[in-house]
Amino acid sequence: MLRTPSRVLTGALALLFLFPLVWAAVASVSPQAGTAQVHTWGFGNYQTLANYQAGITQYLLNSTAVSLMTVAFTLIVSGLGGYAFAMFTFPGRNALFLVTLAILMVPYATLLIPLYVLLNDLGLQNSLVGLSLVLTMFQLPFAVFMMRISFESVPAELRESALVDGCGNFRALLRILLPAVRPGLVTVGMFAFLAAWNDFITPLVLISDSEKAPLPLAVANMRQQVMGIVDYGATEAGVVVLALPCIVLFLALQRHYVRGFMSGALKG
Amino acid sequence: MTVPAVRVHSLPGRRRRRLSSSLAGWGYATPTAAFVLIFFVVPIGIVARMSVSDWKLFTGDQGWNSGKNFQSAMDDNLLWPAVWFTVKYTVVTTVILLALALGLALLVQESNRWTGFLRTSFLIPSALGLASASLLFYALYSPQSSPLLGFTDKPISFLGTPMSALWSTVALIVWRYAGFYMLLLLVGLQSISGDVYEAATLDGANRWQTFRRITLPLLRPSLALSTIMCVTGSLLAFDQFYILTKGGPDNSTITIVQLIYNSAFQGRNDLGRAAALSVLVLGVLLIINVVQFRGLRGKEN
Repeated sequence: MLRTPSRVLTGALALLFLFPLVWAAVASVSPQAGTAQVHTWGFGNYQTLANYQAGITQYLLNSTAVSLMTVAFTLIVSGLGGYAFAMFTFPGRNALFLVTLAILMVPYATLLIPLYVLLNDLGLQNSLVGLSLVLTMFQLPFAVFMMRISFESVPAELRESALVDGCGNFRALLRILLPAVRPGLVTVGMFAFLAAWNDFITPLVLISDSEKAPLPLAVANMRQQVMGIVDYGATEAGVVVLALPCIVLFLALQRHYVRGFMSGALKG
Repeated sequence: MTVPAVRVHSLPGRRRRRLSSSLAGWGYATPTAAFVLIFFVVPIGIVARMSVSDWKLFTGDQGWNSGKNFQSAMDDNLLWPAVWFTVKYTVVTTVILLALALGLALLVQESNRWTGFLRTSFLIPSALGLASASLLFYALYSPQSSPLLGFTDKPISFLGTPMSALWSTVALIVWRYAGFYMLLLLVGLQSISGDVYEAATLDGANRWQTFRRITLPLLRPSLALSTIMCVTGSLLAFDQFYILTKGGPDNSTITIVQLIYNSAFQGRNDLGRAAALSVLVLGVLLIINVVQFRGLRGKEN
């Protein structure tokens, strides 16, 4: 009955949410004074980005390396950990689980200051590996929790039958349980990727060598390139490069993400 | 990294199985334990020690300084303005964000193609990193490139006054997070059984009464979770202010976490003082969360 007016209103609301993204994409290729793209449409701003300091390829590479390492570490650690918490009883199990969840209670800033010192002591200062290890730690509460409930929701008969068949518990994990918890692994992996790709304060504190900066830090630093004058065109191009993989990943996995969120993450 | 089930033949069957189960459990849990120990427990220990030591960024640990760090953190004349600003920002953000998210969740509650499109549109900003979103709004608000200036003759200054800087940042955060909290509340809405609504309709309740007496009380767990997450996240705000306002104008938008960062890495380079401040923040945050849990659970009963 009220379908058309309500559609117009809700549609306008949706456009309001989409507008900044569309604007950034359009503005990054449109002519604008004070940027590399003054008179015509084109990719001049991306050119600026490509030639900024170590070059965008370097920063993209840094971000990709950090994100992939974080995803790999997170999947391995939380996969094994979730299996341990869900399937075995061992002394200290509950304590370890609670301490893992307690990571959520502590502000990033509180941990980053001692981690800055600790990574220096471990010889991991200014290193992408060190950065990935720290980002993995920040992911663990969610990842271990998610993997634990994923393993717990696998029917017990499935695992028992695997053990009876003479697989050791590691082979049972690999052959039978991993396929069963794949939705959980995809969710955990995607969250780890997005978190690592987008994190700002962690590399800001831990990475001081600008050649090793991940993309968000590089784009943020780029604004101070010329004293007082900010190249907004290059910033817009940087935002597009930063946002594109996230949006593609989000749209590709949206069904999964929304479903995983609704079924698993909140049940506990 | 992984320990296959160890077989100990001399023990009786049941004990043997329990022992091997413990060993296997610890084997699989070892990577988690190592991460938590090295990157969480040890740093907490370091930050505790740092907070009572004379510990500068470049000179390292110079030993116990009997609480001078706490003294110096409390004496900072930016501290109380920062606390006040952080609290103000948290209240404003939480109220607006959760009200809007609830509205959106109610709007897209039914599942059909149109609401599917709406949900996706509201959720897409959540895929962006907070830093990327802040950079985007930084350009969006700039006097040179902003498309929002085309509508008026007088230039709007989005970040020029303390008030406008606060509201501009809130707008960014609402845009970035509304979809996320909508999703959280949607989960709660969908767990309310249709029978309850049906019963309410049969009893002659109107839409407002149904919302007030049924939806809101039954949504309390989801609302509580959203509130706690939103309050905690806002109290620890950093990226958006670091990128958008740099604490300005006139230090009016400095948050607590920015104060910690500045103590440690900008200007002062005093890790001890930053550690003292972050220990205080951790303590206050724990108290706030306990109070929130109590309060929100109390109302539920």
